[in-house]
Amino acid sequence: MHTNEISMLINEQIESISTNHNIVKINNLNVYADSHQILKNINLTIPKNKITVLLGPSGCGKTTLLKSMNKLTDLYKELKVTGNIFIEDDDILHTTKNVPSIRQKMGLLGQRPFPLPMSIYKNISYGIKLKGIRDKKLIAFSVEKYLKEVGLWEEVKNRLNQPATSLSIGQQQRLCLARGLAVKPRIILADEPTSALDPISSKIIENLFRSLKEHYTIILVTHVLRQAVRLADHVVFMYNGEVIEQGSPNTLFNTPKTQKLKEYLVDGN
Amino acid sequence: MLLKRIISDKLSGVWMLISLTAILLIPLFIIAGLYLKSTPLFNHQDFLRLISSSEWQPHKGNFGFWPFIAGSLYVTIIAFALAAPVCLLAAIYLTQFARSAMMRIMLPVIDILAGLPSVIYGVWGILIVVPFISKILAPAFNINTSGYTIFAGGVVLAVMCIPYMLNMIIEVFNTIPMGLKEASLSLGATFWESIKHVVIRKSYPGIISAFGLGIAKAFGETMAVMMVVGNSVQVKFNPFEAGYPLPALIANNYGEMLSIPLYDSALMFGAFLLLIIILLINLIFRYFIYRTRVH
Ligand SMILES: Nc1ncnc2c1ncn2[C@@H]1O[C@H](COP(=O)(O)OP(=O)(O)O)[C@@H](O)[C@H]1O
Ligand SMILES: [Mg+2]
Repeated sequence: MHTNEISMLINEQIESISTNHNIVKINNLNVYADSHQILKNINLTIPKNKITVLLGPSGCGKTTLLKSMNKLTDLYKELKVTGNIFIEDDDILHTTKNVPSIRQKMGLLGQRPFPLPMSIYKNISYGIKLKGIRDKKLIAFSVEKYLKEVGLWEEVKNRLNQPATSLSIGQQQRLCLARGLAVKPRIILADEPTSALDPISSKIIENLFRSLKEHYTIILVTHVLRQAVRLADHVVFMYNGEVIEQGSPNTLFNTPKTQKLKEYLVDGN
Repeated sequence: MLLKRIISDKLSGVWMLISLTAILLIPLFIIAGLYLKSTPLFNHQDFLRLISSSEWQPHKGNFGFWPFIAGSLYVTIIAFALAAPVCLLAAIYLTQFARSAMMRIMLPVIDILAGLPSVIYGVWGILIVVPFISKILAPAFNINTSGYTIFAGGVVLAVMCIPYMLNMIIEVFNTIPMGLKEASLSLGATFWESIKHVVIRKSYPGIISAFGLGIAKAFGETMAVMMVVGNSVQVKFNPFEAGYPLPALIANNYGEMLSIPLYDSALMFGAFLLLIIILLINLIFRYFIYRTRVH
């Protein structure tokens, strides 16, 4: 292992124990599409090493909010984003830092798994190599480590060179989680990560999130109320492009203040 | 009432079966027919000699098809070498970089180009490509030519194939889900890295099959090539020489000179060869697709 790689690893450790309580802070975020406004004046703080659940009916802008945090909104030329999104004190909408390194601070888990068109092994090593790590042993070590972290190692250790698409959907989703963790993000952005999965695979993902929050900040989009109740430390309720209420799950679920949330809780149950 | 419905149900099944059988049998009939028609030639010369000999002297009973096979292959290879990179880059640009308004304008244009009759491409070749080669390109290499050359055939064929292949490749790129590109970007890849390692990689089978269909179409294209390629029976490595592709042989000569013994049988054999080579091209590309579809 090269010394610069070691020092890189150490630096990352030091950074991750910096005592920043709110890891994400969003001020006056607006997202406009060609003809209408998708997100309206969003103000949010997201607590560190907790599971924050973004809750709301479909079409209310949850995915768009998640993609703004990752600057994936850049991909859609029709979208215009204004406001501030601070990720660890960096305003990512106005920073001069390069976008790939910002995105590597966040692992993305989509609505359904999108394994890269390569082998199981390379799905994990892809992001590691993009960080500039070339040492084969270090890469192999990381691949094993993160596959173990998502409980996939025993299932795939004898077929690492097979295409990732040969895995079941549930396994693919865990692989996607592992490859996201392998770039050592601070934050996990999960957009309805269990909506395409069977109950057992969903349960595995939920349990993983519970244990991962010790080291990562998790932002979980869901429209399944029960999942929100099971997992949330902090809840953000969105409706029609706006944040209507946010707070502890206890407050929001037991004493909702707004009519919208009351209706949503009744219909969701 | 019920009985009537059951009968019409059964009948529609029968009709579908008949249409399906017809679709499957017609190519078999064509192959069998061409083969039977060319048997007199087989009895006269063996197959290997027919396809490897360069001697084309129908009057003396020498039927060597190599100049035609080589001519077709050469024109097709030049066309493919010119068209493939253009199609790939244009498709990447249109699907990944251009604004969607650009795509909305380009798609109908590509469709129109793909639908133009080949004789129009031929005329364009005679008016533009042939003079360009004889007056500008060939003199630059110190070559003296009329412009009616293999290279002219390749250029015209490339221009003809571009809209056809481009259409298919755009289709292929459009089926790649956005989520895949987002996954790659979120892992820290740049936009171009994501396109190279993920979008294009995922599209391999589709790109290869588009190329395969393009080559098969190019190999069999007759009219446009025939108009600019010079049509002289020779095997030359220099692309600024005239050539004589296989389809042109059949189209130019069928119905004439049939008084020469075995001549019609030889033309049938030419058609048979054309069919076999195109089937082979298809098979080869199917194999590539199979090899790359693993992921
Ligand atoms: N690229 C886009 N262009 C135009 N409208 C969009 C785009 N992306 C999302 N929208 C619209 O924004 C709204 C919110 O979408 P989304 O963020 O996907 O909601 P959710 O994830 O909560 O279901 C929807 O009405 C959707 O049609
Ligand atoms: Mg969504």
